[in-house]
Amino acid sequence: MATIAFYAFALGVILGGLFTVLSRNPVHSVLWLILAFLSSAGFFVLLGAEFVAMLMVIVYVGAVAVLFLFVVMMLDVDFAELRAEMGKGIPLALLIGVIILMELGMGIGVWQFSDRAQILRSAPVPDIADVPNTVAIGQLLYDRYLILFQLAGLILLVAMIGAILLTLRHRPGIKRQDVLAQMYRDPAKAMELKDVKPGQGL
Amino acid sequence: MADFFATPAGIAVVVIAQCIAVLAFVMISLLFLVYGDRKIWAAVQMRRGPNVVGPFGIMQSLADALKYVVKEIVIPAGADKPVFLLAPMTSFVLAMIAWAVIPFADGWVLADINVAILYIFAVSSLEVYGVIMGGWASNSKYPFLGSLRSAAQMISYEVSIGLIIIGVIISAGSMNFSDIVRAQDGHFGFFSWFWLPHLPMVFLFFISALAETNRPPFDLPEAESELVAGYQVEYSSTPFLLFMAGEYIAIFLMCALMSLLFFGGWLSPIPGLPDGALWMVAKMAFFFFMFAMVKAITPRYRYDQLMRLGWKVFLPMSLIWVVLVAFLAKFEAFGGAYARWAVGG
Repeated sequence: MATIAFYAFALGVILGGLFTVLSRNPVHSVLWLILAFLSSAGFFVLLGAEFVAMLMVIVYVGAVAVLFLFVVMMLDVDFAELRAEMGKGIPLALLIGVIILMELGMGIGVWQFSDRAQILRSAPVPDIADVPNTVAIGQLLYDRYLILFQLAGLILLVAMIGAILLTLRHRPGIKRQDVLAQMYRDPAKAMELKDVKPGQGL
Repeated sequence: MADFFATPAGIAVVVIAQCIAVLAFVMISLLFLVYGDRKIWAAVQMRRGPNVVGPFGIMQSLADALKYVVKEIVIPAGADKPVFLLAPMTSFVLAMIAWAVIPFADGWVLADINVAILYIFAVSSLEVYGVIMGGWASNSKYPFLGSLRSAAQMISYEVSIGLIIIGVIISAGSMNFSDIVRAQDGHFGFFSWFWLPHLPMVFLFFISALAETNRPPFDLPEAESELVAGYQVEYSSTPFLLFMAGEYIAIFLMCALMSLLFFGGWLSPIPGLPDGALWMVAKMAFFFFMFAMVKAITPRYRYDQLMRLGWKVFLPMSLIWVVLVAFLAKFEAFGGAYARWAVGG
């Protein structure tokens, strides 16, 4: 059963990735990308890491891909033209791809081939049977790696403030809404009732 | 017979039967919810509402559903056909699968998973896709504007709903709905539920739920006076039916969440009376009544007011509440009212 599910998810990831690149319409690309994200979340469920799977869906599909979709729908980019120029970028893209592949190989290789492989693999993980993985991740993040975790959060905060600062423009001469002023406005001062006599006007 | 249900085939049969039972419950209540919504709305406006089909018009929703199904599906010439048809299906399917983790009584749940709340979160964050895809694929201005509004609105209010739920998770010490309900079990019935310690958040959650499900007074994506009907403009027949059903099911899910998180799920409000699924259904029906009343008596919000309310009022309030609850739970203030994980497990 798990094998069938694995191959189904694998097919989803591969098809999703393939059609993200192949489809002519950028919005379709993003939709295929979402399929790839969802299928890889399925892998995490198969591994018993349901917390990571849910985060994958919430963060990547629920937030990141929505942003992608927004940008792709709103930007008026001529994708046919971009596609025609794509041939020039292929050597660079291949180079980057090879470098990432090598880095991944080395990263995973440390867990397999290095002298400390056995220690690395057995160290941080408590037994799944007595600690659910949500609790285990919480304990790791908030006990052992508290400082690193908070630092990562701080870096994100700085990046967010930076992004806001870069795009913030204070345009003068714009009427801004002051909600408190509106709420405390006195009807007696704002309105004047006039008694209009028929046939006379004001 | 009992042996058969222990074999893999038997387990599959049982699981499928349970899924169909939940589906049937949701679909049948959907028919009556739409009818009830219209009846309540009519009563507030001193009209009669649907009263022709069946006794008191109770079969009206069934007749409407049949009418939608037998109508012709119109697809605009400029529409992106696959995405256009995918959108309502996504919307409906996502609304349905969220029910997999909702317990109706002790043990009456399809999937009793530990990350149930995150699952609900994940599904509700996906629900925005139905709307965006529908709005974009229609290839028309009004649907697109409506879908952009809706996406921004759903994302904004999801943030505050998330923080409100974190408060409850801190109190219950679990993300499993059954555990959250068990943590609310106490000697005082109605008064031992989470609504009392988390009182301000009950109101925030209710209002956020209205915005999250695009219900009036926050139905800006559909605002018929400015956007005709938002992302649904180009839809007809069964695809429209799926959109509408998905919307009502999402509302009903929010009612279920209200009753599970704050109002003790299947627990009986009066100590001594037996607990059971009936209480759960009664609470859900009550919250749906509240949703319907809000629709009947409030005027529509303006879009900038909606965004201001979400980001500048609800988000800071719920954030402060999370910090407050964390401290109250840590120091077991008010006789441990905020730290009930010992009860729930």
